[in-house]
Amino acid sequence: MTIIRFQGRDFAYEAPRTVLESLTEQGIEIPSGCRAGVCQSCLMRCLEGEIPVGSQEGLKPALVAQGYFLACRARPSSDLTVALADAEGLRQKAHVLAVESLNQDIVALRLKPERPLDYRAGQYVRLYRQGDLSRCYSLASVPTLDDWLELHIRRIPEGRVSAWVHDQLQVGMQVEIGDSLGQCFYTPGQEEQPLLLLGTGSGLAPLYGIVRDALNQGHRGPIWLYHGSFTAEGLYHQATLQRLAVRFPHFHYIPCVDRASPEALALNARVGSVLEVAVGEHQGFARHRVFLCGHPEMVKDARLKIFLGGASMAEIHADPFLPSGT
Amino acid sequence: MSLYQQLGGEAAVDAAVDIFYRKVLQDERINRFFSGVDMEKQAAKQKAFLTMAFGGPNNYTGADMRRGHAHLVAQGLNDSHFDAVVEDLGATLKELGVADALIAQVAAVAETTRNDVLGK
Repeated sequence: MTIIRFQGRDFAYEAPRTVLESLTEQGIEIPSGCRAGVCQSCLMRCLEGEIPVGSQEGLKPALVAQGYFLACRARPSSDLTVALADAEGLRQKAHVLAVESLNQDIVALRLKPERPLDYRAGQYVRLYRQGDLSRCYSLASVPTLDDWLELHIRRIPEGRVSAWVHDQLQVGMQVEIGDSLGQCFYTPGQEEQPLLLLGTGSGLAPLYGIVRDALNQGHRGPIWLYHGSFTAEGLYHQATLQRLAVRFPHFHYIPCVDRASPEALALNARVGSVLEVAVGEHQGFARHRVFLCGHPEMVKDARLKIFLGGASMAEIHADPFLPSGT
Repeated sequence: MSLYQQLGGEAAVDAAVDIFYRKVLQDERINRFFSGVDMEKQAAKQKAFLTMAFGGPNNYTGADMRRGHAHLVAQGLNDSHFDAVVEDLGATLKELGVADALIAQVAAVAETTRNDVLGK
């Protein structure tokens, strides 16, 4: 008999039912909609076993790579351990290796987790202060390049987690982190495709990881990274990114500021929002792969304009930094 | 051969969904109904709608259609808007080189949802 393991319990599976039908018939509530493999409401993740043939059709490559599948299309032929797509996974301890100031508002927090974290550059993790007091931060590190996890954390006024990171965390201290989450990352294939990355503030973190990951994996198409801030003081990693652009001539780093200044001029920064500048410098976005991170309004506007500019919806990956109170 | 197979199945839906959604968003007659929605979720819904209109697999019921559009009917969604969507759908298929006879069949399938969508 085939078994579906879910939340630590075993459920009998009988063909030709789907995973969705089997679990719901046995009293488990799984979100679902069209039940025809289209709406993707019943997205689940395979933790162990062979992903049933045909259950990943229509999913983004990022989801396929992480073992996600559609429960309404899954007819397993062997035992399967599955989880809901939004399950957060396990928490683990990590040691603080460094807390470095990147600019007046943002620090880089470097962590060494006790167990290696399975992640992709551009994903995010939940950082716990204590109990359930926690916030999500994007990873700026790349698993194949860096021996540590790196988070870029902006100080939020009265922010209970960000202020703790800025003011209290020190080298050698121990924190807790959750599993890697998010669909905003580079997947190999289509090495000639142009990549367009737009970020504001600490939204540079995942993009910095994605750019280095793509270059390291041999991406050959042009890569444009637009990083925006109100003033030049809000930018960071300029020297590193400029050096990267010298080393890889097909990588272009374009800092953008809302307000011109001698510092911005010295950086050759464009004046305007990342979206305005990118729209002005490109003849449409057909066939581009796009990554958007940072301010939710920017992400929303950019998704619309870049989609109307010809990019396919399936090629637009976004990680809006949604506010979570303080 | 079913309508869905004649059109090219899921690959045809994938080819059509971006073009169709772009037309809808740029259509001044109807785009206000789409402002402020989550575009990624909306694209998945557009795909489900196109699959249905192409005669493909779906389990949508009239009740789903009513529930899903009730808030838009409250905002004034009416026959003229439904006509605009069908027109955009036809223009999408035309752009993809689909024969007029098949476009008419797709429009006829879409037409079967009119009363449910408009809550009539």
